[in-house]
Amino acid sequence: MLYTVLLYDDPDHHDDFAPGTPEFDETVAAWTAFNKSLADRGHLISGARCTNAPTSVFLSVDGTRQIVDGPHAETKEQLGGFYLIAAADLDEALVLLESAPVPAGAFEIWPVMFPLDPTSL
Amino acid sequence: MHAGTVRANLAGRFRDLDLADDAVGDALMAATETWTSDTVPRNPAAWLQTTARNKAIDRLRKAGRVDLIETDEPSTAGPETPQRDERGIIDADEGEDLGDQRLRLMLLCCHPAIRPSDQVALMLRLVAGLTTEEIAAAYVVPRETMVRRITRAKDKIRKARIPLTLGSRISEREHTALAGIYLIFNEGYLSRGSQRGAHAPDLCEEAIRLATIVTSTDDPSAEAIGLLALMLFVHARRDARVLNDEIVGLDDQDRTRWQLTDVHEGNRLLAAALAQMSPGPFQVQALIASHHSNARIAADTDWPAIVALYEQLQLLDTSPVIALNHAVAVGRADGPLAGLEALRSGEELDDYYAYHLAYADMLESIERYPDAAAAYTRALELTNNGAERVKLRARITALQP
Repeated sequence: MLYTVLLYDDPDHHDDFAPGTPEFDETVAAWTAFNKSLADRGHLISGARCTNAPTSVFLSVDGTRQIVDGPHAETKEQLGGFYLIAAADLDEALVLLESAPVPAGAFEIWPVMFPLDPTSL
Repeated sequence: MHAGTVRANLAGRFRDLDLADDAVGDALMAATETWTSDTVPRNPAAWLQTTARNKAIDRLRKAGRVDLIETDEPSTAGPETPQRDERGIIDADEGEDLGDQRLRLMLLCCHPAIRPSDQVALMLRLVAGLTTEEIAAAYVVPRETMVRRITRAKDKIRKARIPLTLGSRISEREHTALAGIYLIFNEGYLSRGSQRGAHAPDLCEEAIRLATIVTSTDDPSAEAIGLLALMLFVHARRDARVLNDEIVGLDDQDRTRWQLTDVHEGNRLLAAALAQMSPGPFQVQALIASHHSNARIAADTDWPAIVALYEQLQLLDTSPVIALNHAVAVGRADGPLAGLEALRSGEELDDYYAYHLAYADMLESIERYPDAAAAYTRALELTNNGAERVKLRARITALQP
C-alpha cells in the first residue's frame, strides 16, 4: 500500500540554520538518518524537499488557467516536502513517521490509488 | 444478539467491515428463507456463523479476491459442523485478550483517523446492529444522509487501509469508545419527549447495551464501569421525566416512577468502579448522579456534596457545560445569589439553551421576573425538543403580569 505524505513545516518554528553551522549539520544528519531508515527497510519510494516557504506558485484550472503568487494554504504551515512511501497499512505508515525529526508542523497522509513510474510510461 | 458477534468475527477474519456486514445480511436473509418452525437449526448461532462465513467466501470469489480465502477452509461444510473460528479471531494481535469480539469491533470503529461522528454511526450500525434507517430516525436526519455518512466511513477505512487490528493502544481506543457511547446516550436523553417517531430506537438503551459489552470483559476499567453506572442512574428516571408531553425537572419528578432496579445496579457498579482506586471523570459524574437517584425526595438531595463533586470534576474536565452545572449546584446549596455569581464567573454559553434555562431559574427565584422571562425566551429559541418547549412556554406564561 502506497501513501503520499505531505510534510508541512510550521514557519514560526522553522529553524533556518545557515549551512556550515553545527545546527545545520545536525539537522541534515537527522533527516539523512531518517530517510535512510525508511529506504533500508524498503519503505521509501520517492520524495523531495522543497525550498523554504513562501516560494510556491498556485496554478488553478477552472475553464482558464490562472497563476497567482502562492502559497495557497490558508494556514501558516508551508509545504516542506513530500514522501511516497510503502507501508502495510495506515498504522504502519504512522509508525514510520513517528521518528521523523520534525520539531513542529504536520504530516498529511493520502492513500495512493496508483503511482507513476516514468520508466514504464 | 448473535449477528453482532458474527459480524465482528468476520471483520477480524477478512479484515473487511463491508464484506462482514454484507455477508451477515446474506445469512440473515437465508435464515428467513430457509428456517421454518420445523427446521430451526439446533444451534442457530453456529449456523449463522458458518453461513455468514460461506457467504463472505462466495462474495470474495465473485469479486475475484481468491487470495483472501484460506485454502484449508472446507467451504462444503454442513451447517452443524463446528468451526474453529467460532472461538474468536484467529490471529489476534499480541497483547489483545478482549474476550468479546463485539468489544473488539467497537474499538476498531474508534480509530482516530475516523471522525467522531462517524465512529458513533459505525458503532451503532456494526456493533449495536441498528439499521441505517433506525440510526437516521434516532438522530432525526434523512436516511440518505446517514447512508452517505456510514458509506463514507467504510470507504475511508478501505481506501486508506485503516487496519482492523488494535495494536497496543487499547486504552486510548477504549477512552474514545466510551466518549462515543456517552454521546449516543446524551442524544437519546435529550431527544426524549421530542418528535422522533414511534419506531425510532431508544439510543439510551443502545448506549447502555454498548457499555455493557465494554464492561463484560475479565478486567473492565473503572471508567467503563463508571460510565455504565452513570447512565443507569440517569436512565432510571426515564419514566418520570416527561409527563403530558412536558419535561419535568428533578425537583418535580414523581420518584415512585423511577426504576429502582437500575439505581441499585448503578450503586453496585459504582462501588466496583471506585474500589479500583483509579479515578476519572465518568466515575465522578456517576457519583453526582447517584446522589440524585438515591434521594427518596428532592429535599434529601445533598447539594453541598454535589458542589464538591463538580469542583473535582472541573479539575478533570474543563468543559464549560460542567462549569454551568457547578453553578446550578452552587445555587441550590448556597442560594440563588451565590448561583448567579458562579454563573457569571463562568463562560457565557449564549448558544446553549440549558445556560439560559439555569439563568432564568435563578433570576426567577430572586423575583427578577422580566429578566427571567427574557432568559426563558432565549432558551426557547435554542431548543427544538417539543417537551422542553412546552415547559419553557409555561414558565414564560406564568411570569406574565
